[in-house]
Amino acid sequence: MNAENFQTSRCITLNILRYNPQDKASEPRLQSYALEAADGMTLFIALNELREHQDPTLQFDFVCRAGICGSCAMMVNGRPRLACRTLIADLPDESTLTPLPFFALIGDLSVNTGKWMRGMSERLQTWLHAKEAEPDLERIEERMAPETAEAIYELDRCIECGCCVAACGTAQMRPDFVGAVGFGKIARFRIDPRDTRDDDDYFELIGDDAGVFGCMSLLACHDMCPKALPLKTQIAFLRRKMALVA
Amino acid sequence: MPTSVFIVQSDLVEHPRKSRWPARLDLLQSGTGLALALFMWGHMFFVASILLGKTTMWSITRMFEGYFFFGGAYPRLVSGVAAGILLLFVLHALLAMRKFPGDYRQYRKMRAHVKAMRHEDSTLWIWQVYTGFALFFLASAHLYQMLAWPQNIGPYASSDRMWSDGLWPFYLVMLLAVEVHGGIGLYRLAMKWNWPKFSRNFLKKLKWALTGFFLLLGLMTLGAYMKIGFEHQARYGERYQPADLPLWLQELAPEGDFPRRNPPAEDAP
Repeated sequence: MNAENFQTSRCITLNILRYNPQDKASEPRLQSYALEAADGMTLFIALNELREHQDPTLQFDFVCRAGICGSCAMMVNGRPRLACRTLIADLPDESTLTPLPFFALIGDLSVNTGKWMRGMSERLQTWLHAKEAEPDLERIEERMAPETAEAIYELDRCIECGCCVAACGTAQMRPDFVGAVGFGKIARFRIDPRDTRDDDDYFELIGDDAGVFGCMSLLACHDMCPKALPLKTQIAFLRRKMALVA
Repeated sequence: MPTSVFIVQSDLVEHPRKSRWPARLDLLQSGTGLALALFMWGHMFFVASILLGKTTMWSITRMFEGYFFFGGAYPRLVSGVAAGILLLFVLHALLAMRKFPGDYRQYRKMRAHVKAMRHEDSTLWIWQVYTGFALFFLASAHLYQMLAWPQNIGPYASSDRMWSDGLWPFYLVMLLAVEVHGGIGLYRLAMKWNWPKFSRNFLKKLKWALTGFFLLLGLMTLGAYMKIGFEHQARYGERYQPADLPLWLQELAPEGDFPRRNPPAEDAP
């Protein structure tokens, strides 16, 4: 490291929630770690540094390191964010990291979003309900208008990181709330011409206070989505459509 | 016949259909909220007419009592409106309670969440809960008062209520609660249904601007009533009677109430 870099380097403190629910002796506590920030360092890199050089027992998840897998979501200073998309330069000198609320805790910053997402998917039947029970794999697929395909793709960008659910005030009070991720899925299948379900069918899935009518429009899901999905518009659209069913 | 077979054959089990009521209740909550918020703004303009003078406020009060239409003042008409608003208010409160934290544990979770998130719209929601809770009592008391004693509305009667009856702190708290609650509510309504289709940024700025405007108007109005009440305390109970009215209003007033209604014809030159 040359002298210039040394002068601009910055020491940061990360207060990390440590707790292992598998260990009966473990008590939740905040543990402080100090490390030197490097240029372009993300929170994900910082956590790896800590695990490699300071504390090999630190638990957190990652796979892609590029904001695609959604594994490294955590609460950074009280707000849900992806560690791999969070620059240390944007954080204050001292930050607190906690696991995403709402999801089953595996340990430290690692949570089991997959279990919840699977439950949500089964509950909302977030798969294509095609016309034929047995698709003919030999047949050429029906054409789809490019704008429809684009609209589906836009909603399919969801990485199921859980940030929207962790940010949701309604979900804090109602554990059975579908959450923005679920609404996004329904909105995605609703515009898919290959799906045979109509609004009456979707009403059965989200037409109650655990569904779209429970949403209090706090819009933290929209504001905290790391993929900038148009959740506000989609939820309002579904609310209007489901209200028309009634 | 075994019970299980009977249940399977029943239509309810074979075709369980989700109740449509959550949708209807949501629409009703939005509709009552919209109606109350718009009423509240209109009401504020009428009340603020005191800023244009006692006679203007008196004329508007009398208009709502049917004075210019039915040959006399009928304060019970105001009672009718107050009863309608009270019904709307109770219905809205009942529907909105579905969204309130159900117990202290839920409240604490939500409070901690809002504090940690530092997210404006989530914070606004908790303020909507606080102000809504306050309005359960404040608006009910105010509406009951208007329902029971509608004749006590007027430049002096209202001012005496503020000052001599010592109700100005009540109205001050209610003003803050209702303007904050209504402003946030209308903004949230627009977010909820994505209508009108202006940008969120614009709607939020509009919300703050309108809340600021109505708070300022409300505070000025409250100040005006307090000032009149202070000056009128020695003659507490006396009702305002305008010495004069614009000619077009005199035309509408009941026969004989304003002797100057028919100005003497000018002498021919």
